[in-house]
Amino acid sequence: MKIIDLVNKLGLEILSGENGLNRTVSGGYTSDLLSDVIANAQENNIWITLQTHKNVMAIASLKDLAAIILINGNKPEEDTREQSNIENIPILGTKGNAFETSAKIYELLNNE
Amino acid sequence: MVEETISLQYKIDGGDFKKAGYASSQIKKRLQKLNIHPKVIKKIVIALYEAEINVVAYAYDAVIRIEIGNETVKVKIKDNGPGIQDINQAMEKGYSTASSKIREMGFGAGMGLSNMKKNSDKFDIKSKINEGTEINIINYRINIKNENN
Ligand SMILES: Nc1ncnc2c1ncn2[C@@H]1O[C@H](COP(=O)(O)OP(=O)(O)OP(=O)(O)O)[C@@H](O)[C@H]1O
Ligand SMILES: [Mg+2]
Repeated sequence: MKIIDLVNKLGLEILSGENGLNRTVSGGYTSDLLSDVIANAQENNIWITLQTHKNVMAIASLKDLAAIILINGNKPEEDTREQSNIENIPILGTKGNAFETSAKIYELLNNE
Repeated sequence: MVEETISLQYKIDGGDFKKAGYASSQIKKRLQKLNIHPKVIKKIVIALYEAEINVVAYAYDAVIRIEIGNETVKVKIKDNGPGIQDINQAMEKGYSTASSKIREMGFGAGMGLSNMKKNSDKFDIKSKINEGTEINIINYRINIKNENN
């Protein structure tokens, strides 16, 4: 499944990194602890978090993640957004919480 | 084969989380231009990123030296800082002295040093109180063209 399909199916807001919407997602990881994500997220995962600062992009890039979803209506900081545009790794937004968002994505990816 | 070594050096300052990750991302780009296997590159840059974050979080400044040889990629991170009292304790998953400000950013899980070790073929850490900490990491180079050998 492509990021753009998740965006359309779940009504996610595109906050930055639009050029990366054609990336393929395989699985996801939900965590706000950065070293936990570094240890356990896999390449092409979508990362569900409430962290909005620039280090989030550094990790997404080093781990080759597909995209980031900010939950609970969180918005990326300006330099996070800029880095997302440079790296072409989209940041998406939702008003939903981590539990709901993860559940919906899990469902979609497993019924592919 | 003649040993050709590429040496790179970066200086990083403590305190500024916005700059953390710069050296890792530069080195990632540099390694990608050589024919080193992406999995090896990932290990190297993940370990280096964790080290950079620790310098920013706990030390004053540091020098990073990378030596890319025919067989190995060596990374040395040497900081000026408070040093680590008990290295075994610091290496334990979950042990952290991170401040509440650092924890709010999502650091302080106490996983950084164990992530570094896990992503290193050889990992060595030494530290002197009130002087600083030195980490030496070696990863064996697997070249893309040799993958099926
Ligand atoms: N370069 C350093 N100088 C001084 N102390 C350090 C240094 N690196 C690590 N430490 C000490 O070791 C502890 C454990 O480090 P580690 O990187 O494993 O976890 P953390 O930084 O606390 O959390 P995380 O890396 O999961 O965000 C730190 O909390 C700190 O007390
Ligand atoms: Mg750390």
